[in-house]
Amino acid sequence: MKKQVTLSQEFLKNLWDNNPIFKQVLGMCPTLAVTVSAINGIAMALATTFVLVFSSLLISLIRKLIPDQVRIAAFIVIIATFVTIVDLVMKAKFPELSKSLGAFIPLIVVNCIILGRAEAFASKNTPLRSVFDALGSGMGFLIVLFVLGGIREIFGSGTLLGFQMLPNAFEPWIVMILPAGAFLTLGLMMGFSNTYLERKKRLEREAVLQKFKKPVEVQEIKEEGA
Amino acid sequence: MELFIIFISAAVVNNFVLAYFLGICPFIGVSNKISSAVSMGMATTFVMVITSIVSWLLYNFILVPYDLTFLQIPSFILVIASLVQFVEMVIKKVSQPLYRALGIFLPLITTNCAIMGLALFISMREYNFLEGIVFGVGAGAGFTLALTIMAGIREELELADVPKGFRGAPITLIVAGLLALAFMGFAGMI
Repeated sequence: MKKQVTLSQEFLKNLWDNNPIFKQVLGMCPTLAVTVSAINGIAMALATTFVLVFSSLLISLIRKLIPDQVRIAAFIVIIATFVTIVDLVMKAKFPELSKSLGAFIPLIVVNCIILGRAEAFASKNTPLRSVFDALGSGMGFLIVLFVLGGIREIFGSGTLLGFQMLPNAFEPWIVMILPAGAFLTLGLMMGFSNTYLERKKRLEREAVLQKFKKPVEVQEIKEEGA
Repeated sequence: MELFIIFISAAVVNNFVLAYFLGICPFIGVSNKISSAVSMGMATTFVMVITSIVSWLLYNFILVPYDLTFLQIPSFILVIASLVQFVEMVIKKVSQPLYRALGIFLPLITTNCAIMGLALFISMREYNFLEGIVFGVGAGAGFTLALTIMAGIREELELADVPKGFRGAPITLIVAGLLALAFMGFAGMI
């Protein structure tokens, strides 16, 4: 029973509390580059999740066989193998998507999220846990990419996933689909999410303080008396 | 003239950081001080030039003749990783001051996607040998330029009254957005 709980925790912790982009600030390059539209964001995140899950699984399976000195090189080779698979499959099955993502599919190999999870988690934990951790990270990545891509698509071209969202009278903000829009949108998203978390933490702290206010005071008086 | 256009294009018009989003991690991570930004930029430029030479030779003399282009990704990343190690050892042997200046930044370069992107772009756009080198130099110069400007702004930003939630990465991204807007002004040059 206990293990069941921790497995879902492994999955959930990376969705928000330890989100790869907002909290760990990893994998920024693909995040900014491909989110011109929501569909591109989803495709990129799914490709990354695939690589993340399978490389985490393989790495945690052979984690005891890899000598410590060459582990980074071994991880990179494993990751590169899965990236090659994704790249070739995308080229064969979804040529248009592959073209619009361009060099960023091969560049998954240097995405710090994957190497980060491999080094920090998969090389120390059992295969099952590693898969859940990888899935969680992938989904956390997917959420951010989808929201960022969605915002940029709505304001930049007035559509979401190809459906028209805003009336024709709306003049698209071209800057949103240009690089500058990506930086600005992600910066604001991150800033607001941090502000929200900050506020939540402060409220929690105040609630705890409120609860323990009396005993603390009593203790102080006691110490003075002694 | 052709070479000059490639250089300008890689350095400012299609700046690797601000237009292609390559190398964002060091751009955010190492842009606190101008001095470390310049060191990082120089180390990256150095590795970029060598990578452009080696990856061009590898691609055109080994991968293409033996029909192994599907091995492009693993072979490039291995070449870059071993190259960075090699460069680190050579610099340590040849010049101690340079090693101390670049030292800690060199290992970080392995996972810098700007290097991998450079190697991929060179093979994708079918540059010839000389064009590849010029492209590498231009990309390195552009990276150094963006990193140094950013570091300069962030040094001033230390004194500014930024809302608490926006400190660190968020405000850096917003500043980068404004820089990207400014760099769009170069688009008419070529």
